[in-house]
Amino acid sequence: MKKIILVLVAIGIIIISAVTFLTTRSYEPTQLMKLQEEYPKKDSSSVDHRQFAILQKKFNSPQEVTEACISCHTKRDIEVMNSNHWNWERAEYIEGKGIVYIGKKNAINNFCIGVEGNEQSCAKCHIGYGMTNQSFSYTDTKNIDCLVCHDNTETYVKGNELAGYPDPSLDLNLISQSVGKPKRSNCGVCHFFGGGGNNVKHGDLEKSMFDPSKDVDVHMAVEGVNMQCIDCHKTEKHNISGKMYSLSSMNRNRVLCEDCHTESPHKAEILNEHTVKVACQTCHIPTYAKVNATKIDWDWSTAGKLKDGKPYEEDDADGNHTYLSIKGSFHWGKNLKPEYIWFNGTADHYLLGETFKDTTEPLKINTLNGSYSDHDSKIIPVKIHRSKQPYDPVLKVLIQPKLFADKKGEGAFWQDFDWRRASIEGMKEVKVPFSGQVAFIKTEMYWPINHMVSSKEQAVQCNECHTREDSRLVNLTDFYMPARDYSSIVETTGTSIILLTILGVFIHGMVRIFSSRKMKKESK
Amino acid sequence: MKKQFYIYKAFERFWHWTQAVLILFLATTGFEIHGTIKFFGYQNAVEYHNIAAYSFIVLIIFAIFWHFTTGEWKQYLPTLKNIKAQIDFYLFGIFRNAPHPTKRTVLSKLNPLQRLVYLGLKILVIPVIVISGLLYMYYRYPQKGGEIEVLNIASVEPIALLHTIGAFLLIAFLVAHLYLITTGTTITSNLKAMITGIEEIEEEDKEQVQGQEQEKKQGCEEKVLADDLLS
Repeated sequence: MKKIILVLVAIGIIIISAVTFLTTRSYEPTQLMKLQEEYPKKDSSSVDHRQFAILQKKFNSPQEVTEACISCHTKRDIEVMNSNHWNWERAEYIEGKGIVYIGKKNAINNFCIGVEGNEQSCAKCHIGYGMTNQSFSYTDTKNIDCLVCHDNTETYVKGNELAGYPDPSLDLNLISQSVGKPKRSNCGVCHFFGGGGNNVKHGDLEKSMFDPSKDVDVHMAVEGVNMQCIDCHKTEKHNISGKMYSLSSMNRNRVLCEDCHTESPHKAEILNEHTVKVACQTCHIPTYAKVNATKIDWDWSTAGKLKDGKPYEEDDADGNHTYLSIKGSFHWGKNLKPEYIWFNGTADHYLLGETFKDTTEPLKINTLNGSYSDHDSKIIPVKIHRSKQPYDPVLKVLIQPKLFADKKGEGAFWQDFDWRRASIEGMKEVKVPFSGQVAFIKTEMYWPINHMVSSKEQAVQCNECHTREDSRLVNLTDFYMPARDYSSIVETTGTSIILLTILGVFIHGMVRIFSSRKMKKESK
Repeated sequence: MKKQFYIYKAFERFWHWTQAVLILFLATTGFEIHGTIKFFGYQNAVEYHNIAAYSFIVLIIFAIFWHFTTGEWKQYLPTLKNIKAQIDFYLFGIFRNAPHPTKRTVLSKLNPLQRLVYLGLKILVIPVIVISGLLYMYYRYPQKGGEIEVLNIASVEPIALLHTIGAFLLIAFLVAHLYLITTGTTITSNLKAMITGIEEIEEEDKEQVQGQEQEKKQGCEEKVLADDLLS
């Protein structure tokens, strides 16, 4: 009897402990449920701008619109002039370099390389009017373009090569009477087209995000919560939170998924444990460039080929350029799996005029810092844009060539197709010494992937990383990951011990069988 | 003359078979986590493995309690006596139908080799696999807060390797164990004994009889003890 009770108690305890760990506790209501309730509510404006007399008088220039705005929204112009959107430059602390001012003046990318000498065109995305060259006044508040961000009619556009002025055919009265909080269309008109075309740069920010489906982005989906950019990029005094590490260097003013979802949003504790080392985006953005392709590499060294003395272009099946005489060769990719790196929120940047030693390894235009052993680092998904771009093989600096000009003969590459001449002119303009020689170097630029978040059903599965073959994290080798990693010594020794045991057992068994048969025969 | 002895108690058999099932299950899920096989799906494998691990630990605690309260732990005291004879038996005698050199008794169920191997399992392999397993489950790097932060292990790698070594050894043991149970008086006699608890043993030896008497004595003592508790 006693034994039976003992056994029953033992079974009971084992069952209870099993059930306790099996059942996932149900939270009520979950953080996700709260968020889903909060965000679809859109607040409406408390004033009707159509009724303001100042917006009804005829505007002769866009500057008059700005004056009208400032006359009520006093001091907002000062806020805007302190923002990165206005200055195109920000003070950043970089380990080893101290405090540096990084911006369009001294930063280089591996797409069109830089804006210097090309302000007229680039100013299409500056929130100011009249940026014709480097001498643009950053202090005249009338030159602030309020409408490009606050137009809610979705009709406001800046003209091509008009130095930031709007298309002259627009009815500025109508637009100024329907201003409001920025919508996806306001942000997207610049941020989706960086690099001179849709989705050239980011990969996760492109025109399908104007009105995305749930498959593209679970937050911004029109049929879903329909979130706007500024729902996450919360803004105080025109200082917009969230930033891009193509220019930013410091771990500040970031937007994190955890801000809303907390660090332990999963029901399964085993998933929550991952958030110490793995950023949310790593699992929840399985692919990017889901609808339209993004540029993944750019080879400047093939630029300048002409047909019958004229520049030409070649396109792929989707209509994306694969060759342009003015720019070189490209590759595009759609539905791409991100690459993965460790990132602690700080970055370094190659700045105009900096020399480098190693020309065999790809030069990193921006270096995202981090490693497994760094406590603040997490694994994040990135798009790495690889390029071959001109550099000075003698002085070991990247070249800022002069690309754009109205006519031939000024040395602009896009007119004259002469690398040496374009480099001399470009480097003169940015005041960096140049030896006169042009070669090409491989460069890499890192673009963190933060948008195009998938629904949880589509999230990256465990065995896409935890696997021997084709692990998504195959390049992150500075730590041990179950299933992917093993010690070949342990594996070989362990397997041999088991095999030897099996072999020993087999031989022993065979000898037993034979000897017993033999003995049976003998006894007969 | 052969006589039936109740050699494996109910709890002992329950412990043995539960342990057998758990170890097989832990091995299957464990080698899926290790990346060797695919069966349950990775997340399931991890979750099942953790549940089975806790069940295993609970079982071990009961088994330890049982071993100490019943005095059965003495079964695992290593002895050099007969060890050569036992090795000789497995290497030569077994093929000539020689008798087992170590007579099984209720008080001494294990031959000297079994004693050594089981003791090794109990004080080396199982503790290593349980402790490394618990660390595997609870140690995260960096450990932000929590009791085991002081350990400051920079990587799960040594933990995982120890755990894997333990797993390989257990599998090797399992292979040998499954084979050696066929080396009883008949091929299935050991298996039957572990299922029913009863084994037929030649009753000739004095030691054997002595053991039996002691068993009876012990039974009486237990009864007295039980009476004490009841009163």
